[in-house]
Amino acid sequence: MSSTDSRGLVLDEKLLFELTDPGRVGYSLPAPDVPQTVPRSELLRAEIADFPELSEVDVVRHYTRLSTWNYGVDSGFYPLGSCTMKYNPKVNEQAARLPGFAELHPHTPDHLSQGALQLMYELQQDLAEISGFPAITLQPAAGAQGEFAGMLMIRAWHEAKGQKRHKVMIPDTAHGTNPASASLCGYDVVPVASDGVLSKAAVAAVMDDDVAALMVTNPNTLGLFESDIREICELVHAKGGLVYCDGANLNALMGISRPGDIGIDVMHFNLHKTFSTPHGGGGPGSGPVGVVEKLQPFMPVPVVVKTGELFRLDYALPQSVGRVKGFAGHFSILVRAYAYILAMGGEGLKRATELAVLNANYVRARLEGTYDLPYKQRSLHEVVFSETALANDCHTLDVAKRLIDYGYHPPTIYFPLVVKGALMIEPTETESKQTLDEFCDALLAIAEEAKTDPDLLKQAPVRARVKRLDEATAARKPKLRWTKD
Amino acid sequence: MRYLPHTDVDVQQMLETIGVEKLDELFSGIPESCRLQAPLNLPAAKSESEMMALLGVLAAQNAKVSEWDSFLGGGAYNHFIPAVVDHLVSRSEFYTAYTPYQPEISQGTLQAVFEFQTMICQLTGMDVANASMYDGASACAEAVLLALRTGRKRSRVLLSQALHPQYRETVATYCRYLDVELEEIPAVESGLTDQKQLAQLLDERVAAVVVGYPNYFGQVEDLAAFAETTHAAGARLIAAVTEPLSLALFKSPGELGADVVVGEGQSFGIPLSYGGPGIGFFAVKQKDMRALPGRLVGETIDQDGKRGFVLTLATREQHIRREKATSNICSNQGMCTLMVAIYLALHGKQGLRKLAELNYAKAAYAKQQIALLDGFELVFGGEHFNEFVIRCSEPVAGLLQRMEQQGILSGIALAQDYPKLKNCLLLCVTEQNSREQIDRLVTALAGGEL
Repeated sequence: MSSTDSRGLVLDEKLLFELTDPGRVGYSLPAPDVPQTVPRSELLRAEIADFPELSEVDVVRHYTRLSTWNYGVDSGFYPLGSCTMKYNPKVNEQAARLPGFAELHPHTPDHLSQGALQLMYELQQDLAEISGFPAITLQPAAGAQGEFAGMLMIRAWHEAKGQKRHKVMIPDTAHGTNPASASLCGYDVVPVASDGVLSKAAVAAVMDDDVAALMVTNPNTLGLFESDIREICELVHAKGGLVYCDGANLNALMGISRPGDIGIDVMHFNLHKTFSTPHGGGGPGSGPVGVVEKLQPFMPVPVVVKTGELFRLDYALPQSVGRVKGFAGHFSILVRAYAYILAMGGEGLKRATELAVLNANYVRARLEGTYDLPYKQRSLHEVVFSETALANDCHTLDVAKRLIDYGYHPPTIYFPLVVKGALMIEPTETESKQTLDEFCDALLAIAEEAKTDPDLLKQAPVRARVKRLDEATAARKPKLRWTKD
Repeated sequence: MRYLPHTDVDVQQMLETIGVEKLDELFSGIPESCRLQAPLNLPAAKSESEMMALLGVLAAQNAKVSEWDSFLGGGAYNHFIPAVVDHLVSRSEFYTAYTPYQPEISQGTLQAVFEFQTMICQLTGMDVANASMYDGASACAEAVLLALRTGRKRSRVLLSQALHPQYRETVATYCRYLDVELEEIPAVESGLTDQKQLAQLLDERVAAVVVGYPNYFGQVEDLAAFAETTHAAGARLIAAVTEPLSLALFKSPGELGADVVVGEGQSFGIPLSYGGPGIGFFAVKQKDMRALPGRLVGETIDQDGKRGFVLTLATREQHIRREKATSNICSNQGMCTLMVAIYLALHGKQGLRKLAELNYAKAAYAKQQIALLDGFELVFGGEHFNEFVIRCSEPVAGLLQRMEQQGILSGIALAQDYPKLKNCLLLCVTEQNSREQIDRLVTALAGGEL
């Protein structure tokens, strides 16, 4: 590959290791001001073979060019269902970089970290108000770790009561992280069939005194509110179980309904979804967990408490499940979420929810009839179509790839599993009617293309940096790192 | 509201298309009994300037390392971050994207992660590294789970007492309900994990031995010896690295025989940010490739034969395998992965080594100067990287307070985690500590006024 492979502004770029020119440097270090000493020679390593050697200019150009091959929320509409790809406010990036936050060492004594601790304490209170749970831990690093922490608390609570329960019920529409998290806590997973929403009967059929908990997502991954949730919670509670809620879809509920008020016992938040912190190309997320009072003694340590006028990290929870990661949480992500809540205010958060639901229903109204809608109940923040109405053996994957040629990030595809060839669209509230209209026009045009010229779908994308990639070979003969030669 | 683009006219037209009259009707699927009856009790929206003023007040109440003489380490390290790092990670094509599920429009993230995986392999001396974990502590716990999964019904895990206390606690949390016996290998006597005790503890039920490299006391363990005894018992050796800069100076864990190398990458260009987010790295030998947790990026070609990158080996993961997955992890530390990769690319082969040597020399100088003081002694005699432990003849709480009054964060008191190390402090010295700062520390410890 050479730079002449670039065409116009579709820049080509080698790997760091291929760009390397021995002797080039991109760093500057302070002059040594202490005597030079080295460890015993038998402990020393040889130079790091084939490690990059580049100038600062090389590095800047490399990553700038790579960035042009990426599509983010700032590039355009990103309706990835279940991921809540809302706009990431720029000022929040600035807030997280304030030197008083970014340059604070985690071992700094509490009395010299009061600003950070106050921010965390107030964020705990804000999340408590939004969710209806009296106690919040900010420690979990992401939603999946929040699930793990929540399920640990559930098991600890049962064990403290001297109960050994072995099963956790999980509906078939759940994210894969739910069963994986339950399994990490030593539970056997019992799937529960749902028909769009979970029925009391389906839960009652499985619920017994060996079931520790029900894990639900509400609204669920079809974008539907679990309308029997109150009764289902009562049913589970009556048999001594607890109810966990995956809060991935909280963007549909702010100011409208609080999980803590309707019988849920534990819920994690995804700050990178509902509270606008950047998805970062895959992370870092942040997954605080809210719990009802009886689970509070089991929360991971540390938690932030206020004693008199002093905020401090509290480790003195004798029944705690322990820590799930180092230090107190993804602090700089917490700063961004706190800034978002300040900017929105209570009314603004409710408005965000209303408009997110409006946007999803608008997309639904414009596409229903052309695309098959398997579940017809009222949608909340997202809508899920199936591939069954597509002509000429075109599939969801083809639609997704063709959307790339139209300049959009595709929706989530093939999830949830209960919908054949699911196309899961979550527009979020930060998209305008104009954007949604253009997107719907594109999807309508693609459905038409499937009838008239299906190759346009099957060969797509043709306007991206690469065409469809050979994923089968990638998995069969994995090449997971660069090596010389 | 500035983040919400809808005009009243838009809302009205959209409601008409949907076929309802009011926004509230869209929520008809939520039973009345589940509806919140009052507005959220949160403050009114703040303007951007009001919000930043408020956050500025909070930020100002924290002791930042640029204004204090900080000798704090213990799993989070104060290293200089070149301007290039933040500039490039602020390209929002990177940070406003998500997991690269659609590779054709995610090649930037994918190639950057492929390069990250390669550099982690080169540093650790391992064959395969994943696209990152949450942090060092949780990566360490996941490494223990890998050893238990692949260890054919072995159920004991031996943790060095000198492994970072938070790593040990996190391992304990992850193993809490998994029928695993966790035991400690003593290390407090010499500051190094006790080889003889390890040999006695090992048996055919041990799945893994976990050792810090360097360990929590900053000491460089004899990993090759641990590898030999551990392998003789058929167990896996997990090396946990809290300060990865040390890997540019000391022999790599892979070279010394470790089976799994995990650690914290915060040292490489990630702000301290009160402890998070950092980044966990996770590397194994070829034989364990399919047992890895987390995302992996692999190289392939497109329909025209052009090189490209994709997420691969997904059948290990929760979205396919559900309860039988290798882990429940779904995200990686994307943005932090990029910070680390850019930092490593900038420093390169030469810079990283020189920086590591500078850290070593600064710590050696501080150690030597403090050892000369009356009332202070070095607790351990082994080789260090940029951290070491001193014992003070005065009560450590008072000392820390006295030092704070002179603008010095002089270290981490160890007695809470190690009762035998009463009045002992863990100190860290990096390239950010000038000789002048070190000399001030020494003067202040000796009781002098600055």
